[in-house]
Amino acid sequence: MKKYIITVVGKDSVGIIAKVCTYLSENHANILDISQTIVQGYFNMMMIVDPSACEKPMETISDELEQIGDSIGVKIHLQHEDIFNMMHRI
Amino acid sequence: MINIFEVLETNHMIQQENLDVRTITIGISLLDCIDSNLDRLNENIYRKITTIAKDLVPVGQAIEREFGIPIVNKRISVTPIGLIGASACHCPEDFVSIAKTLDAAAKEVGVNFLGGYSALVSKGMTKADEDLIRSIPLALSQTEYICSSVNVGSTKTGIDMNAVRLLGDIIVETANRTKDKDSLGCAKLVVFCNAPDDNPFMAGAFHGVTEGDAVINVGVSGPGVVKNAVEQCKGKDFEVLCETVKKTAFKITRVGQLVAREASRRLGIPFGIIDLSLAPTPAIGDSISDILEQMGLERTGAPGTTAALALLNDQVKKGGVMASSYVGGLSGAFIPVSEDQGMIHAVQAGALSIEKLEAMTCVCSVGLDMIAIPGDTKPTTIAGIIADEMAIGMVNAKTTAVRLIPVIGKDVGEMVEFGGLLGYAPIMPVSRFDCSEFVNRGGRIPAPIHSFKN
Repeated sequence: MKKYIITVVGKDSVGIIAKVCTYLSENHANILDISQTIVQGYFNMMMIVDPSACEKPMETISDELEQIGDSIGVKIHLQHEDIFNMMHRI
Repeated sequence: MINIFEVLETNHMIQQENLDVRTITIGISLLDCIDSNLDRLNENIYRKITTIAKDLVPVGQAIEREFGIPIVNKRISVTPIGLIGASACHCPEDFVSIAKTLDAAAKEVGVNFLGGYSALVSKGMTKADEDLIRSIPLALSQTEYICSSVNVGSTKTGIDMNAVRLLGDIIVETANRTKDKDSLGCAKLVVFCNAPDDNPFMAGAFHGVTEGDAVINVGVSGPGVVKNAVEQCKGKDFEVLCETVKKTAFKITRVGQLVAREASRRLGIPFGIIDLSLAPTPAIGDSISDILEQMGLERTGAPGTTAALALLNDQVKKGGVMASSYVGGLSGAFIPVSEDQGMIHAVQAGALSIEKLEAMTCVCSVGLDMIAIPGDTKPTTIAGIIADEMAIGMVNAKTTAVRLIPVIGKDVGEMVEFGGLLGYAPIMPVSRFDCSEFVNRGGRIPAPIHSFKN
């Protein structure tokens, strides 16, 4: 199973998680884990998702998430989990 | 499972500290293109490159996208053209036609550079090698993407001083032919001692004859990441400093390994090596010099610089070696002056001279790199500088290189702008004392003795 990591960084406001989760559920992406933290006043959220039931290609999901981010003033990135596994796991 | 702090650390490196993969380079053997008919040779070369490398750029972009890591360059290296053109080319102009074919192929597949317009003449030049070298000024002035290199010496063979002397003239001629672009042609010409067969970095990349038909080599980067890590151990002892650099180098290299593996799988071309080099760019914070200064030097060039660079180079290798299954290429810190903001500042402050840079090249890769010198520098003086640098490589059994740019019409203190990753540079003074009698002797410097090391 390929997992992807979604990161959301920006100023905290009402409904960020709701917006992202709604989009993911509409596109059949299963959320496996969510964590969040505040670093230097900025809201940081990470989601681990399983997109195997998604119909859209990952590039489209990535673009659309970015657009959602732009509309609510945060940066949203979608990345394959392997970049983090490679860097932080031996 | 991955935790949020690890994710944030990785993304901070990419977004704030300029972590990137500097290049994916496909090495392509052109040996099976050889033909005694020049037109057929050109046709074969064009077809082979545009077939093998056609998916390089889209695949590179897809990997960038999927992992969220920038891949700055996609490049091609080919078998040294001095060999490939030997039976079809009878004069320098014939070689220029191959350069144009390579340029067209590079443009077609959309790569940033194509290296391998090269000759390997560490012991002597064939007629074809000499023709190729003599064609370099014309080839570099009439092409856009071609990079050229000449290997003039090695630890096993000594130094071909005839080639060194000839290259003094060739560099000046290349500068003259591209003088309307601040002698940019010279930025694409490297003179090597002990050139590696699998280097993915330009301008010195070529696909060695000992390599397979096609291979993926990847160059990593990330001076900004190392600098920020070094900043965290201010005031700590060398053990802490070294451990920090090593761990950081491991992380950087792992990203390169991932990209190399993916590119190899998607393109169906075997993975060759990761080049563990710290390569700077002119962007603020993406500087080798800044790392050295962060270690505690007021300016790069101050006493202690060579030791700091030696430490950095060694720790990057120690961390990187474990992160990758195959390591090769140049693997070390690069110190190109024009491509490194901190180096430029050090030169402007009067802290860094060519002589100090020469000392620094004894402990790192690759050599006197991207140094702008006055346009009226004599060819014999340039040959003398090359000979010095080649001698360092030969005696110390390491790769060294020279990429000097005599900027026609400009003098010491003036600035020259090359643009893009090549950056900008203040013109540095060169020793005014003459060495023409020495470099004009002709012949070879014999290989050094390999015992009695001192």
